[in-house]
Amino acid sequence: MTAYVIRNANLLGEQVADLRIVDGVIAEIGTDLDTSGDVEVVDATGLIALPGLVDLHTHLREPGREDAETVETGTRSAAAGGYTLVHAMANTDPVADTAGVVEQVWRLGREHGYCDVAPVGAVTVGLGGERLAELGAMADSAARVRVFSDDGKCVSDAVLMRRALEYVKAFDGVIAQHSQEPRLTEGAQMNEGELSGVLGLVGWPAVAEEAIIARDVLLAEHVGSRLHVCHLSTRGSVEIVRWAKSRGIDVTAEVTPHHLLLTDQLAATYDPLYKVNPPLRTADDVAALREALAEGIIDIVATDHAPHPSEDKDCEWAAAAFGMTGLETALSVVQHTMVDTGLLDWAGVAARMSAKPAEIGRVAAHGRPLAVGEPANVVLYDPAATRVVRREDAVSRSRNTPYAGLELPGRVVATFLRGRPTVLDGTVLEEVSA
Amino acid sequence: MRHLLSTGDLTRDEAVLLLDTAEEMRSVAERPIKKLPTLRGRTVVNLFFEDSTRTRISFEAAAKRLSADVINFAAKGSSVSKGESLKDTALTLQAMGADAVVIRHGASGAPARLARAGWIDSAILNAGDGSHEHPTQALLDAFTMRRHLAPGEQGLDGRRVAIVGDVLHSRVARSNALLLATLGAEVTLVAPPTLMPYGVERWPVDTSYELDPVLAKADAVMMLRVQHERMNAAYFPSAREYSRRYGLDTKRMARLPEHAIVMHPGPMNRGMEISADVADSARSVIVEQVTNGVAVRMAALYLLLSGARETPAPTPEVTSDTTHDTTEGQA
Repeated sequence: MTAYVIRNANLLGEQVADLRIVDGVIAEIGTDLDTSGDVEVVDATGLIALPGLVDLHTHLREPGREDAETVETGTRSAAAGGYTLVHAMANTDPVADTAGVVEQVWRLGREHGYCDVAPVGAVTVGLGGERLAELGAMADSAARVRVFSDDGKCVSDAVLMRRALEYVKAFDGVIAQHSQEPRLTEGAQMNEGELSGVLGLVGWPAVAEEAIIARDVLLAEHVGSRLHVCHLSTRGSVEIVRWAKSRGIDVTAEVTPHHLLLTDQLAATYDPLYKVNPPLRTADDVAALREALAEGIIDIVATDHAPHPSEDKDCEWAAAAFGMTGLETALSVVQHTMVDTGLLDWAGVAARMSAKPAEIGRVAAHGRPLAVGEPANVVLYDPAATRVVRREDAVSRSRNTPYAGLELPGRVVATFLRGRPTVLDGTVLEEVSA
Repeated sequence: MRHLLSTGDLTRDEAVLLLDTAEEMRSVAERPIKKLPTLRGRTVVNLFFEDSTRTRISFEAAAKRLSADVINFAAKGSSVSKGESLKDTALTLQAMGADAVVIRHGASGAPARLARAGWIDSAILNAGDGSHEHPTQALLDAFTMRRHLAPGEQGLDGRRVAIVGDVLHSRVARSNALLLATLGAEVTLVAPPTLMPYGVERWPVDTSYELDPVLAKADAVMMLRVQHERMNAAYFPSAREYSRRYGLDTKRMARLPEHAIVMHPGPMNRGMEISADVADSARSVIVEQVTNGVAVRMAALYLLLSGARETPAPTPEVTSDTTHDTTEGQA
């Protein structure tokens, strides 16, 4: 296995140093490290080094929708974005509700070798919201599932949610809830606000998210369980999570990059690239989400990378699928909205995009600090670069990025997964040895 | 004007020009030969994803009176149900050389997608999209009001218009609210709170949950169709209760000032939002609205298509009515 010396990297934006990577671990940190012998040198002058990013919310679409994404293309996309671990959501076809499916997804991730894959198990059989899936079997499988979610659908039945929260305590699991009261959002197309009324699109009211989060934090408190809130999107939700945390309830929450940047005003174009669930909200919500992420009320950034083939977006709004890609732009959007605005430093970014998501997912080998003896999961990032996002540049199989045409800061230059590069010079390597 | 998608896009000057042009077009309808050669050689496609015989016929008559070739493309059912996508339909029409596409679609924003997605170069005329807008209906309503309430004036300044009923789901109400405000009218939307759109307080209109106080001051009252199925979604308890609180019957009509007119975009639910007596009364201009619809649509087609591109050199031979009816039953 090739040894590397990463020269002059700015570790978490705090300290410029060299990193020596040997046998998949960080072997040495210092200045002017010896590069004699069989060592490949990567010049990281001017680059920020962060621990490999961890996404708690990715849709890899395999099995079932390989026309949108596969484990291979999705993990390549993840590597391009600086990720070394992604959690693959369960809403595939077949649904990841058995040990067999989660093991298959996990193995595909290992085989391709671009990025580790931690499958998320479905909470209910077939995402049907009626019977618990075999959560224990998935937890005990080779995939070691700890995060369970019916994402795309809400576990709206209060009793079922209670039981799920209780049951996963046996193996330190967490329920990641897609908070959406179904009756309040029947046929919903966009954020319910002044614009939905004008555009004649059925509204998705903030209360439909907030009511479920409020119920779930109370349930989590009552049964003493761990709750994770997926893609929190409103100011009101922030206030509920703030209240819950102040009471000591074991709740964590994520925000997506797109909810940190984009607003519901984009729906006025009727371009379904901006159709997503939960919907883009108001500028006031965006401001609240940024503040909450800085403050730690929202714990992590998760992409909700949702690839769709072009025919599912190149149509009228009502017929289009919900979702946008996000893995390759997440770090840039976070730099733009959080770092360049002074809300967060790079150590804060590392905590919210690597350490904390790994901790929520109970993955021990990821989200580790950049320290001697730790696994060499490293991303090198150039914060001074800028780029105009182009759909045709997508590494993902799908091109439904909402940022096309937008200039974003930053560029992932290299990604290392356990000491092996998956990305060098900003390009995903064709051959990675798993 | 490149497209007609929303009345909100119209300046006051453009709106007045449309109404003035419609006035000229209406005079054509009173001639023995109701036809102008203006759009000879131009192709107008009526692309209807929803059944609407009334609107389709109105557009067809308007295009034919301007000597355009008319193609009726009835794409039954929605494009959501499997079949040809909106995009493929647009590409087909582009390949056939449609100069204007009149589109009726169940999805809000479908005309805007046609206009902006780069699938087709034609002028796009919104003939009703979901619960978004129906601009030519609002224009014909304004045209009718101007003839009755403000003859000789440009706009409808200071005239009071009540729009009553299912505002939430009504594309007619949206287009009217925007257009009438542009023309200087004072609009009051009247509906139960459940049928008011979210955020309506920021529209350029007043709102009321009660009909009677509004009627006494109205110059025009427009009754909107209420679908019976709204009852099942708990928007109101029963048709009877709705009718009692928001229906226009003879007794209520008596509250209107002497000169006030009663309007309805059709099709009516007689006995629900409007009683048969009222619909057929002397104050009712409902039938006239239909007549004016053709004139307004002629004006819209004329303004969108004349000047937008070079008109082909007129050919000497007398053209007969060249209409191709292609009805595609399968969507």
